[in-house]
Amino acid sequence: MAALLNRRTVISGFILLALVFPFLTKNSYVLHILTLAFIWMIAVYGLNLLAGYTGYLSLAHAGFFAIGAYSLGILTVKVGMNYWLAFLSSLIITCILGLLIGLIALRTKEHFFAIYTLCVGYIIYLVIDKWDGLTGGVRGLIGIPVPAGFGPLSFEKPLSQYYLILFFLLLTVLMVYRIVHSLSGRTFIAIRNSEELAKTLGIATMKNKLMVFVLSTLFAGLAGVLYASFIRFIGPDIGYITITFDLLMYLLVGGIGTLAGPIVGTLLIVWVSQSLQFLQDYRMLIFGPLLTLLIIFYPRGIIGAFYEWKIKRQEKKRMRALIKNHKDAEFPTANSVPDKKVKEG
Amino acid sequence: MFLKTKELTKKFGGLIAVNDVSFSLEKGKINAIIGPNGAGKSTFFNLVSGSHTPTSGQVIFKDQNITKLPPNKIAELGIARTFQTTNLFEQSTVLDNVKVGHRLRTNSTLLDAVLRTKRFKKEERKCREKAIEVLDFVGLTDVSDQLAANITQEEKKRVAFALALATDPEVVFLDEPAAGINPDETEGLAELMKKMVDRGITVCLIEHKMQMIMKLADKIMVLNYGEKIAEGTPEEIMNNQMVIEAYLGGSASA
Repeated sequence: MAALLNRRTVISGFILLALVFPFLTKNSYVLHILTLAFIWMIAVYGLNLLAGYTGYLSLAHAGFFAIGAYSLGILTVKVGMNYWLAFLSSLIITCILGLLIGLIALRTKEHFFAIYTLCVGYIIYLVIDKWDGLTGGVRGLIGIPVPAGFGPLSFEKPLSQYYLILFFLLLTVLMVYRIVHSLSGRTFIAIRNSEELAKTLGIATMKNKLMVFVLSTLFAGLAGVLYASFIRFIGPDIGYITITFDLLMYLLVGGIGTLAGPIVGTLLIVWVSQSLQFLQDYRMLIFGPLLTLLIIFYPRGIIGAFYEWKIKRQEKKRMRALIKNHKDAEFPTANSVPDKKVKEG
Repeated sequence: MFLKTKELTKKFGGLIAVNDVSFSLEKGKINAIIGPNGAGKSTFFNLVSGSHTPTSGQVIFKDQNITKLPPNKIAELGIARTFQTTNLFEQSTVLDNVKVGHRLRTNSTLLDAVLRTKRFKKEERKCREKAIEVLDFVGLTDVSDQLAANITQEEKKRVAFALALATDPEVVFLDEPAAGINPDETEGLAELMKKMVDRGITVCLIEHKMQMIMKLADKIMVLNYGEKIAEGTPEEIMNNQMVIEAYLGGSASA
């Protein structure tokens, strides 16, 4: 209970910090970067559900991000649809395309799944890049409207956009948290641990995988939609492979298959990347080795390493308690500890 | 007739892994399948549990032909199985790991999970109670709150049993449950299997530890090169010339 209370306070603390942050800094650039980071986080959460919790590493997520963004762009700029209607339609379009692609992609596994989705992602990029009539091709789409206001609420200013996107991020985190801590989430984890075992436990693996795939594209699409109306200009680059790998890097650094991983990873990488801006592209010379070292020593990222440390500490405590009880019971004289150590070894 | 196979055959290309095996399980008893390495024991398990579809032949469970059913449907009918190794979610507690075993008896969806509906709460409780019950049954109540990463090899075997039992099975197939654990622990697992039978669950296991099998099993089938070479009580099997040849005559590996 104490631990839960503790976690609750930590989480509320972070939310509070995010809420008051715009008043702590007068720098609008920082706010802009942070808002963008929130958008990436939403997409990373989507990727995390699929890659982290279900064990299917999709490399098509920039594609779905772009599908969301372009759907909104086309529906608002070219069709002239009402903003929130276009918002909803974009999410539905992303999900439908996700469902169709998932139906095929999920017939493959592991590396083949990764390679297949990599190809799908690239094809989505190509379609956007080449289909001039629909997407504007390399020129992209300009003049995407900001989210329409509700009554007194309007999202014209960067500050209000910040809160809107923060709201969607918190909603995403809440959803993912609830899913992970539920029978459905445990089902996904069971699939990740062993698909064969999951099947013999009576789990319809294909159905569940398809559900996660669609859900994860939904989050990618949501991030794309928010991006489009935040930046208000989109080009085919947002669907390019580098975005997928950026998302993956955020996830890996933070901790794949952990709840806090996407936030920690994204914040850290975005911050480091911004601080090394003066090095231009040479900053990759620093990133590369750091990332390699991290993956070698902490394959489950920063949060994963933290959990591992906690597990080890818990185990040590338990062993110590066990030894102590043992000693008290069987060897009233104190010199039994070395004995015990030998036995353990 | 409880569960039986009719002329079950599985070919992998030119290799005949299981050849024309007809076998029926004795309900409420411990059935065992033995045989040298590569005799087709695991393949036989995979055919019955639906992981592989047979090339020909049938699997009948309570007068229903389940030959072509996918594994999850077979599990729903009450046929559970364990694997030689069980991958658990190490960052989660033993109890949480076992909860998912009862998932097939629940209906809550993603939407239930996100909205935390009444059904979600009811079914979460149901799965939790089931997990507590089966962990108690396999004797792991003490470690149920520990992380799966911190339990011993033998405890992992018991968790595998618990997972299978959480599906509410009528028959459990155990793939080498005593592999990689010491004689004392083997004894404990044998006790556990007897306890399962006392509960009315039919057990069928693959095992290499002969002493254990001969003491434990009510009925034994011997496979060699994919074919059934003998079937009967432990006494019959021990005195069967073909079995002795398969184990001792051909090679020194036994």
